[in-house]
Amino acid sequence: MFLTISTTGSKGLPATDLGFLLHKHPDKAQAFSTSYGDAHVFYPEASAERCTAALLLEVDPVALVRRGKGKGRGGAPDMSLAQYVNDRPYAASSLLAVALRTAFASALRGVCNALPERAASPLPLRIEVPVLPARGGAALVRRLFEPLGWTVEAEAVALDERFPEWGDSRYIRLVLEGELRLADALRHLYVLLPVMDDAKHYWVSPDEVDKLLRMGDGWLPSHPEQQLITSRYLSRRWSLTRQALERLELARLAEADDTEAEEIDNAIDEETDTDEKPVPLAVRRREAILDALRAAGASRVLDLGCGQGQLVGALLKDVRFTEIVGVDVSVRALNEAARRLRLERMGERQSSRLTLLQGSLAYTDARLKGYDAAVLSEVIEHLDLPRLPALEYAVFGAARPATVIVTTPNVEYNVRWETLPAGHVRHSDHRFEWTREEFRTWAHQVAGRHGYGVAFAPVGPDDPEVGPPTQMSVFSLTKTTAKEAAA
Amino acid sequence: MTVQSAKRTLPVTDLSLVVLVGSTGSGKSTFARKHFKPTEVISSDFCRGLVADDENDQSASGDAFEVLHYIAGKRLAAGRLTVVDATSVQPESRKQLVRLAREHDVLPIAIVLDVPEQVCAERNAGRADRAGLPRHVIQRQQRELRRSMKHLEREGFRKVHHLRGVEEIEAAEVVLERRYNDLRHLTGPFDIIGDIHGCHSELETLLSKLGYADGVHPEGRTAVFVGDLVDRGPDSPGVLRRVMGMVAAGTALCVPGNHENKLARWLKGKQVQHSHGLAETIEQLTQEDTKDPEFKERVREFIEGLVSHYVLDGGKLVVCHAGLPEKYHGRTSGRVRSFALYGDTTGETDACGLPVRYPWAEDYRGRAAVVYGHTPNPSATWLNNTICLDTGCVFGGRMTALRWPERELVDVPAVQVWYEPAKPLTNEAPGGHDGRPLDLADVTGRRVVETTHHGRVAVREENAAAALEVMSRFAVDPRLLAYLPPTMSPCATSQLDGYLEHPHEAFAAYHEDGVRQVICEEKHMGSRAVALVCRDAQAARERFGVTDGATGALHTRTGRPFFDDPAVTEQVLGRLREAISAAGLWDDQATDWLLLDAELLPWSLKASGLLRRQYAAVGAASGAVFPGALAALDSAAARGTDVAGLLARQRERSADAAAFTDAYRRYCWTTEGLDGVRLAPFQILAVQGRSLAALPHDDQLALIDRLVAADPTGLLQETRRLVVDTGDEASVAAGTDWWLELTAAGGEGMVVKPLQALLRSESGNRLVQPGIKCRGREYLRIIYGPEYTRPDHLTRLRSRALGHKRSLALREYALGLEALDRLASGEPLWRVHEAVFAVLALESEPVDPRL
Repeated sequence: MFLTISTTGSKGLPATDLGFLLHKHPDKAQAFSTSYGDAHVFYPEASAERCTAALLLEVDPVALVRRGKGKGRGGAPDMSLAQYVNDRPYAASSLLAVALRTAFASALRGVCNALPERAASPLPLRIEVPVLPARGGAALVRRLFEPLGWTVEAEAVALDERFPEWGDSRYIRLVLEGELRLADALRHLYVLLPVMDDAKHYWVSPDEVDKLLRMGDGWLPSHPEQQLITSRYLSRRWSLTRQALERLELARLAEADDTEAEEIDNAIDEETDTDEKPVPLAVRRREAILDALRAAGASRVLDLGCGQGQLVGALLKDVRFTEIVGVDVSVRALNEAARRLRLERMGERQSSRLTLLQGSLAYTDARLKGYDAAVLSEVIEHLDLPRLPALEYAVFGAARPATVIVTTPNVEYNVRWETLPAGHVRHSDHRFEWTREEFRTWAHQVAGRHGYGVAFAPVGPDDPEVGPPTQMSVFSLTKTTAKEAAA
Repeated sequence: MTVQSAKRTLPVTDLSLVVLVGSTGSGKSTFARKHFKPTEVISSDFCRGLVADDENDQSASGDAFEVLHYIAGKRLAAGRLTVVDATSVQPESRKQLVRLAREHDVLPIAIVLDVPEQVCAERNAGRADRAGLPRHVIQRQQRELRRSMKHLEREGFRKVHHLRGVEEIEAAEVVLERRYNDLRHLTGPFDIIGDIHGCHSELETLLSKLGYADGVHPEGRTAVFVGDLVDRGPDSPGVLRRVMGMVAAGTALCVPGNHENKLARWLKGKQVQHSHGLAETIEQLTQEDTKDPEFKERVREFIEGLVSHYVLDGGKLVVCHAGLPEKYHGRTSGRVRSFALYGDTTGETDACGLPVRYPWAEDYRGRAAVVYGHTPNPSATWLNNTICLDTGCVFGGRMTALRWPERELVDVPAVQVWYEPAKPLTNEAPGGHDGRPLDLADVTGRRVVETTHHGRVAVREENAAAALEVMSRFAVDPRLLAYLPPTMSPCATSQLDGYLEHPHEAFAAYHEDGVRQVICEEKHMGSRAVALVCRDAQAARERFGVTDGATGALHTRTGRPFFDDPAVTEQVLGRLREAISAAGLWDDQATDWLLLDAELLPWSLKASGLLRRQYAAVGAASGAVFPGALAALDSAAARGTDVAGLLARQRERSADAAAFTDAYRRYCWTTEGLDGVRLAPFQILAVQGRSLAALPHDDQLALIDRLVAADPTGLLQETRRLVVDTGDEASVAAGTDWWLELTAAGGEGMVVKPLQALLRSESGNRLVQPGIKCRGREYLRIIYGPEYTRPDHLTRLRSRALGHKRSLALREYALGLEALDRLASGEPLWRVHEAVFAVLALESEPVDPRL
């Protein structure tokens, strides 16, 4: 990883003053040791007209992986850190920021006993970062640096010229030009390099908040993107490590398949649900389900596929629901539900009404027998069609609650979503989306096979042409035993 | 003054709840200290102290006894003798203790310390903390004790030792007695024999086959009968005579069956229904009367002396008639006996009027093997470390014995059908042969899977949880998911210059295991794929029960479909099917389905996300950073700055990075539909009725070659191979050269396998690794990073721990074999799925992902 800082000189103000300001002699190459490798400072050019200082961090990729704990087991808590195939040795990330602070500690503080006025005044600077990992791309780079007085040149790096169809990488070649105090420039880099990188930090000390305040002094408070900068700089620290630990088993299964953890561990990504304001569809859906449950007189309710527990939360608010069981196959979703519902701080009376279970509707499950009602809200479309009969049996054949409520998107309505490209499903994990006709056909067959009656209701605005955005069916048990149903 | 009095021995069962009864000051704590280990004794005073900081705070008694009962419960659940040191003079307090003992199926025993009031009072007076205890408290307790004495046995105490006076207490000696069912000290070897039901001639044939001559085994083996000796069959007295003789001679043990129990009740003159074959026995015994009038009485005594179950061989073996859950092993109570005799019934009866049995063995997770009978099955099979040996001899089936510890089954056929069964014999393996739907209890939580080749394989809960998510959300239909490939260990780390892996290590490892003939197979750099190909949709429906028209599956190492579009999968399956037909393999193998292990290429087809995000990204970053960095260093050097060392290192790093980019690019190419997609099968795993996992690899590849040759579409790709003799230097050198050539041409490397495929080590006590991979020097850049070949990196990378990976590879291999065996022998879906699921769960165990 590499960056250069250049300045030009003018009469009486030679460019080589940069050496004084950085406390590094232009004719020397110097090395500084950091936790992940040696940082080298040298000057490719140094004349009165033009002077360039280069910072090169020689990352030791083996040390990077092996710093983690655990013998031979991949050590580091974050799978991506445990990779020897890692962009850290090449890209400018928080490691380079650390190197910057190590090599230019005094310059960062703006201290220069030799040339105090030079240190206090702006000078023409050009900073080149050939490989900057930039989540948010060139646009975000501009939004971050331009308000600080930089002229920004940002150009995406292609992934592999052999495979143009793979498109651009997440790296930017960044050139900043501007008249700034050197200390400010260095502080901007120190804070913003990791912020751009975003994904994987190497936090080396616990006092990051203080550091941010110090380094951001004078420019961060008035920065229009202050919030984004602060949250990216700080918030990821804990959540990342926590998440990484929670999903190690899954991550390994992803790795066994040469896929990324995110491809498998995506159970709680509901960001892309196409909701509309002022009353989002999700809220309407919950209301419709609650109404149907009340109408059925249910008090002991299963929420099958409870996700992060939105419906469970709504059920808890109504005391008529005396026993609420949230079931999900994703342990992560359940943990998230427990967190959102503040399960640990919930009063005993409330928490005694609630159970969260890991379960799977691909299997029959004796724990789910004997409930008044089961809700399958936006669940079936997350299953591959060939596996739907197993769910059908597990719910209608084995668990056999008196009432079953199923909601699923109405694909006909998709043409009404302006943001949804034609032919696309609403969520990347939707394995299918049904028309009203398809849903009704399925529901009638299921009801017939298992001794249930079924009624349908729209959720959301019922468009005269394409119907409602969500379709709902309410199944009511008519024959009490499976034997009877078969008879 | 010493009074010499006779020692009085107090027998105490070694697992029991001993309740000391006596008023305060009667010397209970002293007695307990003298006769029991300090940890065996729980005193109410101590518990009062725990909860209230004061051993005499009577207001804390409620809480203190809760604690006492809790600790006692934990000890009893763990099977430890427990002594309760509290006054226990009130019936109510004893009642709770008796209930506690029953809950844990142990005997409650009372030891009463009956000491004059005056002595108690004096002792209390001598203790500072009790000096103020009013006299009436002792008096009350003495009264309560008196009243209690005659009720103790009726309250449920199975032994009551009443010690009267200080001297008798002084002279008492506690003697621990082994439980009747505890024969852990007997290590056999045993021959456990299933239900006999009066089939005397078959019993004699079986005993001969086992090596017994007139009830004695020359090697001193012990026969163990699981009960149901009598009823239904032609000669119950003959069977009884033989078994009773052997038991009396000490060459056999016997546990009672429900039929013996009923017979004993008849013999005692009780009213019993003469149903289920008892009538036949009564008739036979009556005929016996004339020859041997005492016989019936001896039978009655024999049956009454039988113990309902035995724990044998250091606790590794439990024998009983109808099965026993772990918490009842070695316990003594009415319900334990009842379970051992009758099993667990749901309370319902089936259409034939027979009780519906609860499949307790399905839930069994115990360490001891439970061998039992009671329920006739067509064959004896292990399930969760339990096995039912009743193979319905009297109904015309077989009589079965199990050799222990060999775990070998020995059986003889019935001479004829002696008794018509009420319903046909079906395997009562849960779900039966047609299989019930998969149940969550088949897969979740901590589980142990019994494997033929590697014993018991444990799955941890958190791994099962991860597997559940992947299996439920991403996998293909479990009915089509008959196998998941095991992980494979790399060879031991090479110490050769510049190499981390080298074939030399693989050859040496097999040589050490005594394996001479190995086969080196080219490792295709793609994604592991398993293909289930059925002859047509009908075959898929009939064998695998899928009704949506699928003719098979093509899935990844974790069971996910390779292609999002089922039509593309069907296209691949179609091409495979045509090749199989053209090669004549359907008829050849007498099957209408084939399970294939293969590699699907290119790697970029499935791993494109990973490639772009990780591999290509590193290539892009390194490609973009070095030109600038090198130019800057060149300029600095030109200015005379001393950067020579740094510059040289950066040049090397730049070259390494370029080599890395070349390495991953070799495994990427653009595909369009199926154009450019290739499938390299290397093993036929199973066909109808047979697992081919043990077929030698040269025979395997001969079949595969026919398949590849029969494919006109270019989809199928051959696997190059070379046979090497690990004991022949020239052959080993040829193998090494072959690998060098393969990898120099950009190949990933090779896998070395024993030619005989499925092998055990020479000592026979473990499986030999089914394959060892040797990855090429360039390929390993993708794994260990662009610069891994630098000497300082290699030195550190060489310290890699392979032990866990090897163990994992063997466990997963055994599970895979198990799945194939179960599939081939037509076992129910849940049994196949159990093993497949366990492979997936183990894949989420923490192991160095680079191995």
